[in-house]
Amino acid sequence: MSLPNPFDPDVKLHRGGCSCGHHRNQAEHDQAHAQDQRQQQDRLVEGAVMRALFPRDAERRRFLKTVGAGTALAAISSIFPLGLAKEVFAETNGPLEKTKLSVGFIPITCATPIIMAHPLGYYSKYGLDVEVVKTAGWAVVRDKSLAKEYDAAHMLSPMPLAITIGAGSNPIPWTMPAVENINGQAITLAMKHKDKRDPADWKGFKFAVPFDYSMHNYLLRYYLAEHGLDPDRDVQIRAVPPPEMVANLRADNIDGFLAPDPVNQRAVYDGVGFIHLLSKEIWDGHPCCAFAASREFVTGMPNTYQALLKAILDATAYARKPENRKEIAAAIAPANYLNQPVTVVEQVLTGTFADGLGNIVRDPDRIDFDPFPYESFAIWILTQMKRWGQIEGDVDYSKVASEVFLATDAARLMKEVGMDTPTDPVMAFSVMGKPFDPSKPEAYVESFPIRRT
Amino acid sequence: MKPTSFWAAPILSVLFFGLFVGIWHFSTQQTLGEVTVDPEYAALIGAQAATGGQSAMPGPLDVGAKLWEHIRDPFYDRGTNDKGIGTQLIYSIGRVLIGFALAALVAIPLGFVIGMSPLIYKALDPFIQVLKPISPLAWMPLALYTIKDSNISAVFVIFICSLWPMLVNTAFGVASVRKDWLNVARTLEVSSLRTAFQVILPAAAPTIMTGMRISVGIAWLVIVAAEMLVGGTGIGYFVWNEWNNLSITNIISAILLIGLVGMMLDTMLAQLARAVTYKE
Repeated sequence: MSLPNPFDPDVKLHRGGCSCGHHRNQAEHDQAHAQDQRQQQDRLVEGAVMRALFPRDAERRRFLKTVGAGTALAAISSIFPLGLAKEVFAETNGPLEKTKLSVGFIPITCATPIIMAHPLGYYSKYGLDVEVVKTAGWAVVRDKSLAKEYDAAHMLSPMPLAITIGAGSNPIPWTMPAVENINGQAITLAMKHKDKRDPADWKGFKFAVPFDYSMHNYLLRYYLAEHGLDPDRDVQIRAVPPPEMVANLRADNIDGFLAPDPVNQRAVYDGVGFIHLLSKEIWDGHPCCAFAASREFVTGMPNTYQALLKAILDATAYARKPENRKEIAAAIAPANYLNQPVTVVEQVLTGTFADGLGNIVRDPDRIDFDPFPYESFAIWILTQMKRWGQIEGDVDYSKVASEVFLATDAARLMKEVGMDTPTDPVMAFSVMGKPFDPSKPEAYVESFPIRRT
Repeated sequence: MKPTSFWAAPILSVLFFGLFVGIWHFSTQQTLGEVTVDPEYAALIGAQAATGGQSAMPGPLDVGAKLWEHIRDPFYDRGTNDKGIGTQLIYSIGRVLIGFALAALVAIPLGFVIGMSPLIYKALDPFIQVLKPISPLAWMPLALYTIKDSNISAVFVIFICSLWPMLVNTAFGVASVRKDWLNVARTLEVSSLRTAFQVILPAAAPTIMTGMRISVGIAWLVIVAAEMLVGGTGIGYFVWNEWNNLSITNIISAILLIGLVGMMLDTMLAQLARAVTYKE
């Protein structure tokens, strides 16, 4: 809907009103039009199915008259997946409800697919004109998303869960169609703690994490608790936006942080801290950041949502390949995106990096990109929210998980862009050697000696 | 006392400036020591970190070069999140002027009413006293939550912070117009509307202008912080974005420009104030 068709006699001429005169503005007209089109498509599918079942008109009419339309529809749906047929049909033909989108991000490497899709042209490939907007912090991302300034946004994977169940804000149904990155975080300590590598010596430390509802918070708490420190009593954990972490570490306000990159690498680059541990050593393959959108966006603009998701999945597939990582680092390092020296971003993405203690570490799995939103990830996150008292009472773990983490959509669209998809959205894994059984979340919470329940 | 020459103060200013820059230059000057790590490792980290130190404060020469770079090309546009410093300043000034104008529209008439009626003054005083000391940034989360638009929220924050000095000063100025003048107007049977515009307004104008001057100063202080919180555009966002990159040269350049623009705004209102002052 960007440029009006100069050959269209009904093209809108004035402000206000629309080309047909029945709607308040052109956007409403287009939306109604798209709905009409969708309805027509549905009719077309229904018609085709009915004619296939009852080739003779008289017979069809008699059937409909005797049982009534509603019953007929139900009866036919039971033998023929009418809804699915309509959906499949719509997917291939639907026009985009909106092409100009605004997507918020925080300048960290976790957002790589969302960011790189802009300079490398993935959004335009799917017919979208996306503006990626740098945002100052997670609370602002949340508020701007709730205010619909952003159509979709880069969030921490616990955030859509927290928004949906109403922890930290009013409950609003939110969804997480894709994970952005797996691994790619690290614990960084100030240089002065070079010799304190055993967490048991960390009593009284002040740590920073990006947000209360973040994998960073849960992983740091988990790590400390496994080493016998109570994260609420023995240390202090505070939320600091990632860009401010290095400055705080330098000013000696904090002793260390579990943070997203490039913050860790930047601390090394500036000689302020060293990388104590990569988050993959706590849980290899853990999800971190996510691509998130409101349920309203997903259901209200299905075609736009799918095009956007496909652009991001396509970018994710490209980012998975190690040979592309240098190119991506150069594309996302400039001031418009991450605003970091290229070498810092490159070290994060390639996994060949300086650890701040004089060693060059080579770990190609330092960060990876796997979009599939396993429901078991969501269940684990919910168990940790419960464990640390962020949510109280009974939680229907698997229901919330399947409502927020849109595994089915992701699997279908991943196939369309040529990615391998797992068969089961529930996967068992272990964190620091302790196995997690997604079917027994409550027992898992109870199994920890240090907890707030 | 002997009158000092016209040039004495400017020369002293230049001297102070030179002294400051000199101290800055020599205290930040550093000789890079021997690279203590192997060259492959050194390539991965910053120059200072390679010699075992931390990246340091930039000197005045670095800042000067950066500032020149910004001034040479103030309006570049390399995408949504990377615009020239001139563009950012214009965004900020725009927000300040809109918020300030809206505040003036509310504060001056309301201040007039409050100043003229002791009853309303007493009735509204407790509210004003409670609302006045609230940091405008404390309104930010509430504004974002209710207005649901970050741009309008930033303007709202400017509005709310410029409101009080203007309101209080207008009320004070109106209330303290000399009684003689009002009595003269009354004996001449001047209508109350005419009294308001031709006697009270000119009499209170200098005080009102002082309020406006205080307001615009506060608004300019607050916009930087507000934009750092909300992001997007503006000089505050620029500072935040460069903080993100730990680029102290850029931050110092921005600080200098923020100071210059603040001075400009203040001078403009000072000129206006001079235009309305009168001798009794």
